[in-house]
Amino acid sequence: MSQDITHDEVAHDHHDHDHKPKGFVKRWLMTTNHKDIGTLYLVFALAMFMVGGAMAMIIRLELFQPGLQFVEPAFFNQMTTMHALVMIFGAVMPAFVGLANWMIPMMIGAPDMALPRMNNWSFWILPFAFTMLLATLFMPGGAPAGGWTMYPPLVLQGGHNVGFLVFAVHMMGISSIMGAINVIATIMNMRAPNLGYLNMPLFVWTWLITAFLLIAVMPVLAGAVTMILTDRYFDTSFFNAAGGGDPVLFQHIFWFFGHPEVYIMILPAFGIISEIIPTFARKPLFGYVSMVYATAAIAFLSFIVWAHHMFSVGMPLGGSLYFMYATMMIAVPTGVKIFNWVGTMWRGSMTFETPMLFSLAFVVLFTIGGFSGVMMALAPVDLQYHDTYFIVAHFHYVLVTGAVYAIIAGAYYWLPKWSGHMYNERLGKIHFWWSTISVNVLFFPQHFLGLAGMPRRIPDYSTQFAEFNMMSSIGGFAFGLAQVLFVYIVWKTVRGGEKATAQVWEGAKGLEWTVPSPAPHHTFSEFGPVDLSKLANGEKFSILSDIDEKDDKQK
Amino acid sequence: MKKMQLKFMMLLGGLLVSTLSAAEYGMNLRKGVTEFSETAFGLHTFTLWICIVIGIIVFGAMIFSIFAHRRSKGAKADQFDHSLTAEVIWTVIPILILVVIAVPATKALIKMENPTTDDGKRLAMDMTIKVTGYQWKWKYDYMDEGISFISSLDRDHDLARQKGSGVDVTTIENYLLEVDNPLVIPVDTNIRFLLTADDVIHAWWVPDFGWKRDAIPGFVNEAWTNVQTPGTYRGQCAELCGKDHGFMPIVVEAVSKEDYAKWVADQKGEQEVEAQMVDTEWTKDQLMAKGEEVYNTQCAACHQATGAGMPPAFPALAGSALVNGDPAAQIDLILNGKPGTAMQAFGNILSETDIAAAITYTRNSFGNTAGDVVQPATVKSMKQ
Repeated sequence: MSQDITHDEVAHDHHDHDHKPKGFVKRWLMTTNHKDIGTLYLVFALAMFMVGGAMAMIIRLELFQPGLQFVEPAFFNQMTTMHALVMIFGAVMPAFVGLANWMIPMMIGAPDMALPRMNNWSFWILPFAFTMLLATLFMPGGAPAGGWTMYPPLVLQGGHNVGFLVFAVHMMGISSIMGAINVIATIMNMRAPNLGYLNMPLFVWTWLITAFLLIAVMPVLAGAVTMILTDRYFDTSFFNAAGGGDPVLFQHIFWFFGHPEVYIMILPAFGIISEIIPTFARKPLFGYVSMVYATAAIAFLSFIVWAHHMFSVGMPLGGSLYFMYATMMIAVPTGVKIFNWVGTMWRGSMTFETPMLFSLAFVVLFTIGGFSGVMMALAPVDLQYHDTYFIVAHFHYVLVTGAVYAIIAGAYYWLPKWSGHMYNERLGKIHFWWSTISVNVLFFPQHFLGLAGMPRRIPDYSTQFAEFNMMSSIGGFAFGLAQVLFVYIVWKTVRGGEKATAQVWEGAKGLEWTVPSPAPHHTFSEFGPVDLSKLANGEKFSILSDIDEKDDKQK
Repeated sequence: MKKMQLKFMMLLGGLLVSTLSAAEYGMNLRKGVTEFSETAFGLHTFTLWICIVIGIIVFGAMIFSIFAHRRSKGAKADQFDHSLTAEVIWTVIPILILVVIAVPATKALIKMENPTTDDGKRLAMDMTIKVTGYQWKWKYDYMDEGISFISSLDRDHDLARQKGSGVDVTTIENYLLEVDNPLVIPVDTNIRFLLTADDVIHAWWVPDFGWKRDAIPGFVNEAWTNVQTPGTYRGQCAELCGKDHGFMPIVVEAVSKEDYAKWVADQKGEQEVEAQMVDTEWTKDQLMAKGEEVYNTQCAACHQATGAGMPPAFPALAGSALVNGDPAAQIDLILNGKPGTAMQAFGNILSETDIAAAITYTRNSFGNTAGDVVQPATVKSMKQ
């Protein structure tokens, strides 16, 4: 105990002279500080979110009415492809890495990430990767237009953007793998000595599992795109049927990466929601241990369901049945999570600040995405749903109102800790209601479009789809505008505002709330036990701390 | 605050209501015209209702909690943090629900993939149609009749869909869902489809039949159908296949067996006439007229009606060295395509007459001054 108090005081002492490097280059380019790197990741992700969002606006603008009004089909395909690549690899994944950088060391009582120089490198690769990728938009022949899934032989028709695409994906992969190694090394080695695995906040747990997924599948993607590269430039025939290759092989390899990838984008979101709901319900997370097991179970299942993306490709009956059953099983651990969140709210004492609102919307809207997921798991009906707007609605419900909502919720939740200022609650609520109403106007009608038979990735459509497309576009423009408000709110909060306390939220538990706001440049710089009573889950599973106490006594 | 909760409730309610009413207004999955599509529709409806019921229970509990267990109403937080009973219940019940869904889904899938008659024998197929996907058209081969033709987006629709066409597309019936040559099939017949592609991956999908199947180069995929009701059924390519992926519709006309027999006879007659035309000497005017038609349906999507192309992916024909040079080189390129690009091997797609006409047209249009004429017989000799 006494050590902890000292620690806090030390942190306070350093508040005004916390050794931040001077000068832009030293502070940002050469930084090895987890908080600064976290900020870089988050700012980068927000910038990419805006770039990807602008592409989505072009897509919705063209689809506002039947007929081609604004762009040519070839450019439209570039937009759908780049929108997905930018949002997945540029916005959602870096945002989660940014949150991990900021929060994991503070949550486990570590002074920094385990590998700070690699941390710097893994971030600074990204701007170069995306410069390369986005530069293809200005090249003759344009950007990749074969879909983010990069299926050959179509992707090979892309001219020289293929090379840029492949190397950009390689760089993003290297960045992700290094980030994941860093997260694992930090969590395994840098926890405060009395902080056991089952004392860890759920955000740390979900990220630990996510990091293993990343290490497992990013090399698989790298292998797949390398074969694309050699097929394009060195006359190999990995995926060329005429040369003895197999275009379906690519799809198997891609989705062996791709399915775990979607969990990479949602498990940390589960972690964030599991931090926020207990705080504002003022009640411990319901079923902490089953939440950990459910996360691990989802991660395991994610490796054995990939071909449910390929029911229409044609596979043996036994294959279809297996992938159908395995996919349906994912509903069980995911259901456990949803029920546990509702159980956490049950008989709590809830207040509804912006992070809580986004989290509640996450639970409802992610579940709607889960429902359509179960429906699509059914192979015989998927032969109808597949590659229509139904799937577009499904993955936007789980990625926008799922992953992105969790990131926004996390940003509001921790922004006072990062900046030292409270955000404007009224504007936050406006942002929430505006986003939530518009996002449903945007994506809910897409279910109907898909069921009625509108294929995805088309720039123009039959007039029977006109009404719902117009509705969806209006929702899209409104949702896009709402995110500009979000940028404004964040900007204003960083620049100034009501001073935040160290605790920030009345019901918040966790080590990050024991350090002042804004968090000083260096926290927990002295290695030692932490006050487990400050953790949401600190005293329940104290096997490790018991041992530590005995050790201490023996000494 | 109160107002916001009300809005939230209204939003959720609105979502549910819109789901239900949409089913009535035809924004639901199509029931279709085959046994399989009806099974799929039934499964879809069954699962949707299960999801709605689960949604009502889960969201209901959540909304109740949001209203009842709030601090502004003086709620004191309980501190319970787990309940083994509850967790076992909400693990086991979903498993049971999934089993209930999985049983009919398994049956439906077996019926699709392994069709059998009532006495357990493998269902015999009455006829076979080979479907080949090309960028951006379909080729249909009636394997038993020896009929084959290309089916692509109707010319009027193609003109209307061009950016800046000035056509109000809402005035066009079945906009983008009309083809020049529809697939004609007899009703009440077990039809096997063999699906493949010659360039990139496509997917053949007619919603009313209840399935889509990928057409993959180097693979032959199989599917089957048996349409009971005569009618016109429309669908589209469902797998991204490049620039004009949105513009390769499918139209199937299911007709009575008698009408089908008549249609087959007509087609065979036409194909015979076509075959004879190859060996006759064509005039330049004849070739130019036919060539313009072929060029506009087969070539203009990439090389543009003006011959300007869309470099670098689709080279210009106007002023092209190839088009203005030795005709043999041009014929060879068109017959065999250019691997690694979107330029297809048209030798498998178009007749010798069509190829000769299109070549003649390109060599004497867009300011090209080759001035010569390529006869169908020349193309035929180079093909062999």
